[in-house]
Amino acid sequence: MPSPQHPILRTFVAYVEDRPGVLNRIASLFRRRGYNIVSLNVGRTHEAGISRMTFRVEADEDTARRIEANLYKLVNVLSVEDITDKPSVSRDLALIKVSVGPDKRAEVLQLCEVFRARAVDVGPRDLIVEITGTQDKIDGLVAILEPFGIAEMVQTGTVAMTRGPKGQAATTMHQPPALRGVDAA
Amino acid sequence: MAASVTNLTPNETRPEARRLTGAQLIWETLVKEGVRVVFGYPGGAIMPAYDALPQYPIRHILVRHEQGAAHMADGYARASGRVGVAVATSGPGATNLVTGIANAMMDSIPIVCITGQVASTLIGSDAFQETDITGITLPITKHNFLVSRAEDIAPTLRQAFYIASSGRPGPVLVDITKDAQNAAIDYVDDGAPVRLPGYRPERSPVPEELERAIELIRKAKRPIVFCGHGVVKANATPLLLEFVHKTGIPVAQTLLGLGGFPATHPSSLGMMGMHGEAWVNTAIQEADLIIALGMRFDDRVTGNLKTYAPNAKKIHVELDPAEINKNVKVDLPLLGDVREILRLLLPHVEKLDIAEWLAHIEELKGDSAVRDIQVLPDNGRLFAAHVIHDLWRYTEGKALVVTDVGQHQMWEAQYYKHDHPRKLVTSGGLGTMGFALPAAMGARLACPDDEIWVVAGDGGFQMTACELATCAQENIKVNIAIINNGYLGMVRQWQEFFYGGRYVATPIKSPDFVKLAEAHGLSGIRVTRREEVREAVERARANAETTIIDFRVEQEDAVYPMVPAGADLNAMIRRPLPEGVKHNPIYETGED
Ligand SMILES: Cc1ncc(C[n+]2csc(CCOP(=O)(O)OP(=O)(O)O)c2C)c(N)n1
Ligand SMILES: [Mg+2]
Repeated sequence: MPSPQHPILRTFVAYVEDRPGVLNRIASLFRRRGYNIVSLNVGRTHEAGISRMTFRVEADEDTARRIEANLYKLVNVLSVEDITDKPSVSRDLALIKVSVGPDKRAEVLQLCEVFRARAVDVGPRDLIVEITGTQDKIDGLVAILEPFGIAEMVQTGTVAMTRGPKGQAATTMHQPPALRGVDAA
Repeated sequence: MAASVTNLTPNETRPEARRLTGAQLIWETLVKEGVRVVFGYPGGAIMPAYDALPQYPIRHILVRHEQGAAHMADGYARASGRVGVAVATSGPGATNLVTGIANAMMDSIPIVCITGQVASTLIGSDAFQETDITGITLPITKHNFLVSRAEDIAPTLRQAFYIASSGRPGPVLVDITKDAQNAAIDYVDDGAPVRLPGYRPERSPVPEELERAIELIRKAKRPIVFCGHGVVKANATPLLLEFVHKTGIPVAQTLLGLGGFPATHPSSLGMMGMHGEAWVNTAIQEADLIIALGMRFDDRVTGNLKTYAPNAKKIHVELDPAEINKNVKVDLPLLGDVREILRLLLPHVEKLDIAEWLAHIEELKGDSAVRDIQVLPDNGRLFAAHVIHDLWRYTEGKALVVTDVGQHQMWEAQYYKHDHPRKLVTSGGLGTMGFALPAAMGARLACPDDEIWVVAGDGGFQMTACELATCAQENIKVNIAIINNGYLGMVRQWQEFFYGGRYVATPIKSPDFVKLAEAHGLSGIRVTRREEVREAVERARANAETTIIDFRVEQEDAVYPMVPAGADLNAMIRRPLPEGVKHNPIYETGED
């Protein structure tokens, strides 16, 4: 068990108003307070005008709570949740261009199969592999493909969602984190 | 069924649409927000707004530098509790506001800054006087807006006032493009409430936490209440008095909390922190309970965090969750408005059995030399401490004092006893030299019946002395005490203590302040001896025009006690005593 004072990789989900400059406000907050973003992803949701962000930060428990509290102070932030300790699914997506011609193609495709990755483009001297999964899984595939020659690769930030029937509607999560004192009984 | 389309009963009619320009809508909205005065400076991108201004009952104060406009809005807000407004043009006008905005941000002061911006079609083209002021001020505003359509002006300004003044207050900037100001729209004031789905400024404590606080208070043997800026801002002074009368707990103030609890009240200990009273800092280190009201444990208050108040349980009453456990780990946070939480606690607290603790603090006081007025040599020369002390005496402690930043600011905090909230206006978090004169002018407009005194250093005063011309043009009367020591005194003091006495770039030459006043059509008085103080103060008060008193004080005096930055709170540098003099208790009787 990591102690609460020990920084660990944490995953947050936030809903924000879909307006110009909102990402800048969030990035500026992280920069100014010295929080170290490991990855950040923003995209639209099914609700018009609302974007959802997933971001991962190295932080101890106290810092994590203050990150939440500081994000709540941004007027365009609708809700924030630290889902690090909640049962959840998180995924990254990567595209990897492997420099292989026809001779080794089958071998690469076979390896990809093991990782449930798939080829999304094939050229005479290269192919593009798409993989979704956790960072570990992506790292594993990269290590396997490296010897064949990786020409380029791109990866999204993590997106995450908690398990269970209840969705995190942007409009229902309102309260900033419950704050506890050091010896609160 | 046309009748069901609207909710209007037959007698009601829709408010009529009026054709207004964006420029008119700016002032129209400000008037509805209760604004009667704005501080500003015109220029190309804000000219449409200025052109429409005479149609509205708003007084405009033409400043000499936009930094002054922001500080005036700030001083206005601090003195009145209402939102102050500054107006500037794009580009250099907007960037000149920056220091004033940062100052308001650090001390959580509600101001709204309105800036003109180049036409929306030109944004991003590096047009003449285009500057990304919303980008620049992003980290130093509570929120900011770029408005490029006339339709958005009124709703945005209303949001700006709401955000600036609610919750933990702060500066909001609204950047309005020139084409939005020029466009005319059919405007219907529907009076709809401001809708900001992501903005929830209220907080309230959980009942169990309140119970636990009551428990901690009941058990305390050596408790102290901290009165921070939040007490002043929440207008919580009457409830704090009640709390102290009921419990008997003594009160220490932060710099910005001065006046939040009356300084001459028997339970008032005085200021804490770097230049706080020695006995207060010692008592904090010995306390077993701290009830911190609306303050943020700034490093100037705590000294070394590792050794700070090691024996005390800490209850932190605070509106902003992001402040909890930021600098000092607290045992119990109570989230909410200070006044509301005091109201909830009051019925459950009672007189504490702390006579021993109070007697101990009395002893600490007796051992302290901070009140060193008496040990200063009475050689007929002027000491800043004497000047402030006399100013307090001759104004009967009733003036609204606005200070600049430096030694004089600390002496003011130590020797002018503020018995009422909002009667000390000072730049705490940012420590902005040049703040005093413009902030005092803002305070003057907010509080026309107050006697206003600027206490400034010879260095800082010169940073915004151009506003003397504004005083003259706008007939703004303030009294100005320049504590003229020929140095950037606070920096010189650090050089004396920590840099081997090497006074690099701190001796400062000033203009003849008396002549400077006269050059503006104002009055100036020079004071070099203590016996001249009273008459000068009285003449300044009697003058109809702004009057400067140039107090030529002892040049190399230092502010004592002092906790060196980062040192333990009770590791204080004390004034060396003259030979044969013991640390003696100083009871200020008004005779000192
Ligand atoms: C704008 C700004 N620049 C620099 C400083 C650093 N500083 C803090 S106090 C001080 C000296 C102030 O000198 P003066 O106004 O003469 O006041 P004194 O300390 O002599 O009373 C300086 C330079 C500051 N606080 N603000
Ligand atoms: Mg000076």
